[in-house]
Amino acid sequence: MSEAIKQAVVSDKMMIHMQGVNKWYGQFHVLKDINLAVTQGERIVLCGPSGSGKSTTIRCINRLEEHQQGQIIVDGTELTNDLKQIERIRSEVGMVFQHFNLFPHLTVLQNCTLAPLWVRKMPRKEAEEIAMHYLQRVRIPEQAHKYPGQLSGGQQQRVAIARALCMKPKIMLFDEPTSALDPEMVKEVLDTMIGLAQDGMTMLCVTHEMGFARTVANRVIFMDKGEIVEQAPPDQFFDHPQNERTKLFLGQILH
Amino acid sequence: MSNTTHTFKPSLPPPTLNVGVIGWLRTNLFSSVGNTLLTLVALYLIWLVVPPIFNWAFLQADWAGATRADCTAEGACWVFVKERFGQFMYGFYPAELRWRVDLTAVLAVVGAAPLFFDRFKHKARYGIALLVAYPVIAFWLLYGGFGLQVVPSSAWGGLMLTIVIAAVGIAGALPLGILLALGRRSSLPAIKVICVTTIEFWRGVPLITVLFLSSVMLPLFLPEGLSLDKLLRAVVMVVIFEAAYIAEVVRGGMQAIPKGQYEAAAAMGLGYWRTMGLVILPQALKLVIPGIVNTFIALFKDTSLVIIIGLFDFLNSIKRATADPAWLGMSTEGYVFAALVYWVFCFAMSSYSAHLERKLNTGHTR
Amino acid sequence: MQNTGNASPASGSFFTDPRKRAWLFQIVAVVIVVAIGWFLFNNTQTNLQHRGITSGFGFLQNSAGFGISQHLIDYTESDTYSRVFLVGLLNTLLVSALGIVLATIIGFTLGVARLSPNWLIRRLAGVYIETIRNIPPLLQIFFWYFAVLSPLPGPRQSLELGEVFFVNNRGLYMPAPVAAPGMWPFWIALLVAVVGSVLLRRWARARQHLTGLPFPVLWCSLGLLILLPGLTVVISGVPFDWDMPVLQGFNFRGGWVVIPELISIVMALSLYTAAFIGETVRSGIQSVSHGQTEAASSLGLRPGLTLRLVIIPQALRVIIPPLTSQYLNLVKNSSLAAAIGYPEMVSLFAGTVLNQTGQAIETMMITMSVYLAISISISVLMNVYNKRIALIER
Repeated sequence: MSEAIKQAVVSDKMMIHMQGVNKWYGQFHVLKDINLAVTQGERIVLCGPSGSGKSTTIRCINRLEEHQQGQIIVDGTELTNDLKQIERIRSEVGMVFQHFNLFPHLTVLQNCTLAPLWVRKMPRKEAEEIAMHYLQRVRIPEQAHKYPGQLSGGQQQRVAIARALCMKPKIMLFDEPTSALDPEMVKEVLDTMIGLAQDGMTMLCVTHEMGFARTVANRVIFMDKGEIVEQAPPDQFFDHPQNERTKLFLGQILH
Repeated sequence: MSNTTHTFKPSLPPPTLNVGVIGWLRTNLFSSVGNTLLTLVALYLIWLVVPPIFNWAFLQADWAGATRADCTAEGACWVFVKERFGQFMYGFYPAELRWRVDLTAVLAVVGAAPLFFDRFKHKARYGIALLVAYPVIAFWLLYGGFGLQVVPSSAWGGLMLTIVIAAVGIAGALPLGILLALGRRSSLPAIKVICVTTIEFWRGVPLITVLFLSSVMLPLFLPEGLSLDKLLRAVVMVVIFEAAYIAEVVRGGMQAIPKGQYEAAAAMGLGYWRTMGLVILPQALKLVIPGIVNTFIALFKDTSLVIIIGLFDFLNSIKRATADPAWLGMSTEGYVFAALVYWVFCFAMSSYSAHLERKLNTGHTR
Repeated sequence: MQNTGNASPASGSFFTDPRKRAWLFQIVAVVIVVAIGWFLFNNTQTNLQHRGITSGFGFLQNSAGFGISQHLIDYTESDTYSRVFLVGLLNTLLVSALGIVLATIIGFTLGVARLSPNWLIRRLAGVYIETIRNIPPLLQIFFWYFAVLSPLPGPRQSLELGEVFFVNNRGLYMPAPVAAPGMWPFWIALLVAVVGSVLLRRWARARQHLTGLPFPVLWCSLGLLILLPGLTVVISGVPFDWDMPVLQGFNFRGGWVVIPELISIVMALSLYTAAFIGETVRSGIQSVSHGQTEAASSLGLRPGLTLRLVIIPQALRVIIPPLTSQYLNLVKNSSLAAAIGYPEMVSLFAGTVLNQTGQAIETMMITMSVYLAISISISVLMNVYNKRIALIER
């Protein structure tokens, strides 16, 4: 399987371009001069100690956080204060959160059809068909009429992935999607993500699942103190890390 | 295999537009066109309201003098409040005996002070001792007897009466409320029904009707010949009324105690009263202290209703004073002063309860 | 007592068998309650006999013989006490309804203002809430009545607004509508417009289901509601003539008058309750985690839609239970109007009627049961609502 993923098409079409991005929380300099280019079909894993700015980086890509200096271009559109452009980019970029953030007052199906109905302005029937299609893909179509509170953590996270996919995004962002899960549920979520990778989705994942990084990623990025310290293909990154900080970090998490 | 050491870039100060005074103004007041408009409207409102009030209350106000004639028409006439201050505080309590009221208040503050020190060890025991001893001493000081000149309750009034009603009300309502709460949580159907009915009845009617009850119905309920003092009747009804509210607050606390605590107590062979008294209530009561303080604030405000049955509490003594022909037209001053006093008391207590709530919250999350 | 656990269920003596003890406790409790009841009843009977007070509800058919300053239904002095009851009940309900509507509007505004990104607005709302809710409502009623409305000039020097509205120390005078020839077409047009709006809304929903295209229902309905009745005014003339308040002698004649007692009580109660509702709304909105907003915006939903589809439905579940209890408080606090002589339940029944008839028990019973009935019916509704929500969640 891993070979199949590696051979998934990577075109040279630029999907995300971050140039000289700086961000501050008050006086605290969280992102220092981030430069990152992601092409279509690339699968990138970001790792690093907590507080290193990895989540902030991907949250800047769909403007959940505002950057203060530098340029971010997503699928040819630059992120500015223009609300129209932000909305356009957000509907092209799917995001999966650590704590799922499903809407508890809506059924699984309604969670999935909400954005297609109101943002894509799709007919209900079509939206529901698409939702069922993706729920089948994450292998929980039978839960469609339940509420998120009735599902297990792993199932909720798969619904969250399906919900993002229903918008047919060009890029998927994963912000520690397995950190809040019980160990036995991590695999079902990672399997779903691997499936996505096989289909050639452009993905950025903040995760500590190094096994996942090895099999799926084309590139692993190590961040520390708001900077990109090292980036390399997974084999090189894990077997021959170049940097002292990276080694130290890998030493701490790989046992 | 090469080894490089990454040199981290130094942290830079953020762009000036995002921090400091300018950054603060930008994010808090002028972040968008709509926001800027709102800021301007708000500033205009403040400009419209604050200077005239400030002028009235301070700059053009009259402070010196002894009669209405000493006041000019422009600003507030604080002379009125100054002249009637004694009556507002003590009602018709004889002037030469007012030190007894002051002493009662001082004793309360001094007595309760140790309870607010975190380092004080025997809080619970001391608190209970205080709850038993203080009311006796306070009653003796305020009412008299045993060597002190008797001041009948009909002479009590002003802020003193307000505080007496509120304090006795809450002190009496606490034990009764706890019993009602226990009854409501009881597994015995008859007791549960009695308590639920009692609680829901008193919570369903306005305090004003309860005070009417105390003045017109209570005399009918009592055996012939036995007549209770008007203040006492009112206080009894306030206690019963308030107990229903306390019961609901305490019940909330008891529901927050995990089932495991009941099971653990049962496993240790504790009976019902010991389980409740030693395990459940100590935890539940600690949880609901903020709720009890809030109930007390509500009660403190509600004591103003005794005006309906003709008691001279703080609000009533001010209302009477504003109707005095010698001080006509002082309504605004009187009510503003009353509002200020009530506000200081209630705000202090609600800040304290909010502080407690935060303290309890952190205790739970950590 | 400690042996309770050890005793085998069959052989427990009377004091150690928990089941028997439970019975004993309950019987004792019931006996005590009945005894207290009997004691009070007995005392009351003797007291009533000795004071020569009649009992029973027969007095309700007697003529009241006093005037009431505000009545929503026809009332004259010769009407019966039961009519007085209706007048008082309606006046209580009027204050409550006006208060609830105003308090809700002001309260929701305050709650939203408390969460505004604008520091100044946030602070102003906070200062308002902290000031108002720490001052007794009765004091606020007195303030409006004695310090604001009483010093107003008499009818001859009324403050006026475009010669249509007049405010003086006897109240607020405004024009009253009187039926004119154009009334029927106007009402029919309005009805048609309302029905049309409802149908339009249904149609728009169905269309969105089918095609996904939303329809500006709000604007079209508004247009419909204004245009259709407006058209009838053009075609068949004005629907209402206005009965203007006119100064005659020492007072105004005609029009509608809102007495100062009503203004004071409604102002004070709605401003007071609004402060509490503001806090309720704020904490309700805050109870929806920030993750929900982030999830919605990451799906591309605009802030307005996020609010409507994600935040409000969740916040309302948290807001509605405490909101109803605020409404209940307002209804109960409307009885404070008795202190300034506004003719509502308490001041009419527990006040005037009680004094005239001396039948304390009956009048108090009637008064209190009105409030009890309101409280109980609202809490029953509340329970039904909570059950429904619980059903949706699980």
